[in-house]
Amino acid sequence: MQHALWLIPALPLVGFLLLVVGGRKLGDPRSGILATAMVAGSFLATVAVFVDLLGKPAEERALTQTLFTWLPSGNLKIGMGFLADPLSVTMCLFVTGVGALIHLYAIGYMKGDPKFSKFFLYLNLFVFSMLMLVLGDNLLLTFLGWEGVGACSYFLISFWHTDPANATAGKKAFVTNRIGDWGFMVGTFLTWTTVGSINYLDINAAATAGTIAGATAIAIGVLFFVAATGKSAQLPLFVWLPDAMAGPTPVSALIHAATMVTSGVYLLVRLNPVLLSAGWANDLIAWVGAITALVAATVAISQNDIKKVLAYSTVSQLGYLFLAIGTGNYVAAIFHMVTHAFFKALLFLGSGSVIHGMSHDQDMRHYGNLKKYMPITAGTFIIGWLSIAGVPPFSGFWSKDEILAGAYNFGSAGKVLWFIGLITALLTAFYMTRQVIMTFFGEEKWRNIGTDADLVPVTAHAHADSDGGTDSADAHDDHHVLTPDHTPHESPWTMTVPLIVLGGLALVGGVLNLPFVDKFELLKRWLEPTLAGEQELPHGATLFGLAVVAVVVGLVGIGFAGLVYNRKRIDPALIEREEFAKGWWIDSSYAWFMGGPGRVFFDGVAWFDGHVIDGAVNGAATLVRGAGLRLKRVQNGQVRSYAMGIAAGAVLLVGFFVTRMGF
Amino acid sequence: MLAVSFSFGIEQAVWVVASIICLLGAVGVVALRNPVHNALSLVATLFGVAVIFIAQGAYFLAAIQVMVYAGAIVVLFLFVIMLLGVDRTEEDIAEQNWWRRPLAGLVGAGLLGGVLIAVLLASNAKTVTGKPSTSGALDPSDDIGTIGRVLFTRYIWAFEITAVLLTVAVIGAVVLARKQTRGPIDLAEFPLDEPEAEEVAL
Amino acid sequence: MNQQPTLILGALIFAIGAVGLLVRRNPLVMFMCVELMLNAVNLTFVSFSRSLNDVGGQVVVFFVLVVAAAEVVVGLAIILSIMRRRPNATADDLTMLKG
Repeated sequence: MQHALWLIPALPLVGFLLLVVGGRKLGDPRSGILATAMVAGSFLATVAVFVDLLGKPAEERALTQTLFTWLPSGNLKIGMGFLADPLSVTMCLFVTGVGALIHLYAIGYMKGDPKFSKFFLYLNLFVFSMLMLVLGDNLLLTFLGWEGVGACSYFLISFWHTDPANATAGKKAFVTNRIGDWGFMVGTFLTWTTVGSINYLDINAAATAGTIAGATAIAIGVLFFVAATGKSAQLPLFVWLPDAMAGPTPVSALIHAATMVTSGVYLLVRLNPVLLSAGWANDLIAWVGAITALVAATVAISQNDIKKVLAYSTVSQLGYLFLAIGTGNYVAAIFHMVTHAFFKALLFLGSGSVIHGMSHDQDMRHYGNLKKYMPITAGTFIIGWLSIAGVPPFSGFWSKDEILAGAYNFGSAGKVLWFIGLITALLTAFYMTRQVIMTFFGEEKWRNIGTDADLVPVTAHAHADSDGGTDSADAHDDHHVLTPDHTPHESPWTMTVPLIVLGGLALVGGVLNLPFVDKFELLKRWLEPTLAGEQELPHGATLFGLAVVAVVVGLVGIGFAGLVYNRKRIDPALIEREEFAKGWWIDSSYAWFMGGPGRVFFDGVAWFDGHVIDGAVNGAATLVRGAGLRLKRVQNGQVRSYAMGIAAGAVLLVGFFVTRMGF
Repeated sequence: MLAVSFSFGIEQAVWVVASIICLLGAVGVVALRNPVHNALSLVATLFGVAVIFIAQGAYFLAAIQVMVYAGAIVVLFLFVIMLLGVDRTEEDIAEQNWWRRPLAGLVGAGLLGGVLIAVLLASNAKTVTGKPSTSGALDPSDDIGTIGRVLFTRYIWAFEITAVLLTVAVIGAVVLARKQTRGPIDLAEFPLDEPEAEEVAL
Repeated sequence: MNQQPTLILGALIFAIGAVGLLVRRNPLVMFMCVELMLNAVNLTFVSFSRSLNDVGGQVVVFFVLVVAAAEVVVGLAIILSIMRRRPNATADDLTMLKG
């Protein structure tokens, strides 16, 4: 079976190449079907590998396949090799599985778009890059995938690039990621000089053997965490993710919820033996994760764009993942990553369905009572909501609770971290309930557009194309403005089937790792060969008590939101404070800094480059030319001058020999 | 440290006379105005050198010196002088760089001084490479034979190359000295200082 | 036989030739000074050949003679072709190789 490992990334690559060549000819929807089929094929290959691994005893669950030596360079030999162990296979499963569902969804969502095949081309390239990232057996291949997903993220965010705002969002994402990539590269270099290899098996073996220790391990841990901060949108490099909502919704679902943003988590879990020796780097990771979770949750409270709420929610949930990693709770991190992929993709796809039905208006203040018109969307969305709010028996409860329990047990600071996580859970429940109520319940607020002075029709992030052709209610030219007589409609089956499948997964996903009974901790036992050490979770009564507290907190959040938004007992304006809406002004301060002092610095560097460095180069040329011009005068064409020179030289030569002779 | 033996025999007298002729000729080449006079002074120097060759026992070389140098080369010089009619002097034109003559004197003095020091003060004559040359001993009774033997065995390669050199020189001379069939040189590119004189017919 | 006087003579002739080359401006006369220098060298070689008892010196003179002949031929041809056009040119006027 290991000889078929290459199929997993190869199929999406083939899809990409075919679409590059003939995508436009295939057209809408065949190019989408081709792309979906490729990713589905990849999923089947992954399942085959998974089954094969299951059949092996636990210690032997690792398949490697090296296709060829990619970079032979002295001592450094980097092969195009794949490593399929439980961790990477888990990642592959949900990347390809959720990816295939989202491809299917996109066929319906992007229908009618003039650049239909290009979209799927980029999506396939993205899946390929993500699989390279996950399956690569060395840091350089992961970096290849890392950069690939970054590039595809840029392409896809600025897919409707004729609107400059979208193009800017894409650039912002790419540049911010690049800052994190510095950490990746320096970490790779450091690993190379310490271990002499960048293959994961070698690195982890060296870490377990104690070769990487002390300051080196801390440095490597911190550097790769910097990379993760960029790619997985943590403080301080998270500013690109909310802007990335400018891309089409399937992109937001696939890239910015389920897959690309989890690459940082994957990287750190892959290198967990190094992290275990990395001392205070783990504290750094845990604290940054916790604080990011809290800050992002506060910002989500005041957002009115349906996708922005989910974007900040993603940042917040990613913070949970890093909290888990920092506290050594790798199984919980992977568990929550998987369940988060399910319910966050579900929520995003659901929001896309809503947007699709509401003429691409994304402002939640224009929604309301949509459960009447879009029952399937509403039902699945509610499943996602309950999951993320941490209500048992939905999957989100189990995974989030495991993270909190692990944090609780983490040394002296653990209680504080646990408390921060708890508050964040409260806020999460609150803002998600707010979103659900505003969108699916209550009065149909768009009916008041035009008559209510507060309700101004908002043109959502504009796109240069037409929207779905099935929207028969749009009888006027401007499709993007909601009118009071608009009737929302449910989405076609290509969009609702993925919603239903994901809803099911979000519902039952908890079975992956049920606590309390060792036999049911499937994920933990599955991942055990890849983990060097684990944080001990609290047992028995403590665990149960913590779980109860978490559930209560979630219900409090839901109830409170219901009070504010459903029963209108409390004025929302008291809660939706301006700091939250403006994201604590973090993004604007970056912009101010880069535009102001940053600009001065950049201009200075440019001046230096133009005057000092170019000046040195040009100066050398000028110097040589000047010297040449002056030396040219020796060649005056006069034979006698030349003869004089020769004669003088001869005298000197004679003198030289005279000095050497013996007297 | 001139180690001249004070027995002033015929050899020494011949040598002195020959040297005087050489020096007078050399000075004449440099100092006389008329190019024909210069050529004739050169002949004098060449004869003096030939005599000294004989005194050194290099009979063959002396003969060749007279035949080739004095007989062919100087004659060639005289041909060209007569052909071009440059028997007037160039000293009418003043020397433009005043420092050339003193500097030339200095250089000459330097050369002379250096060699004199080497000749007079050296205690042991060493070859440059330190190894003695071993082309073969002199045999005054058969110097032609000795030269010939060495020339055609040890230095055969150089001999052949000089043959090629002579051929090339002859061809080069023919090519360079023939009359140009193309037009005159472009005056704009190479301006003349004086008006162009008419061709001297051969 | 003591070679020192001959060597000194050779040095003298060489120096005179060198000075002449640097002072005179008529190309033909400059050429003749070059011949003077060559002769001085020949004299030195023969003298050393005698004192070191080695025929190699004389062979060198032989070659110098041949090469000098060839050189004179070509040189005079060049001077001829130049002086045809500018009959009274001196060495100072011939500056076409000026860089």
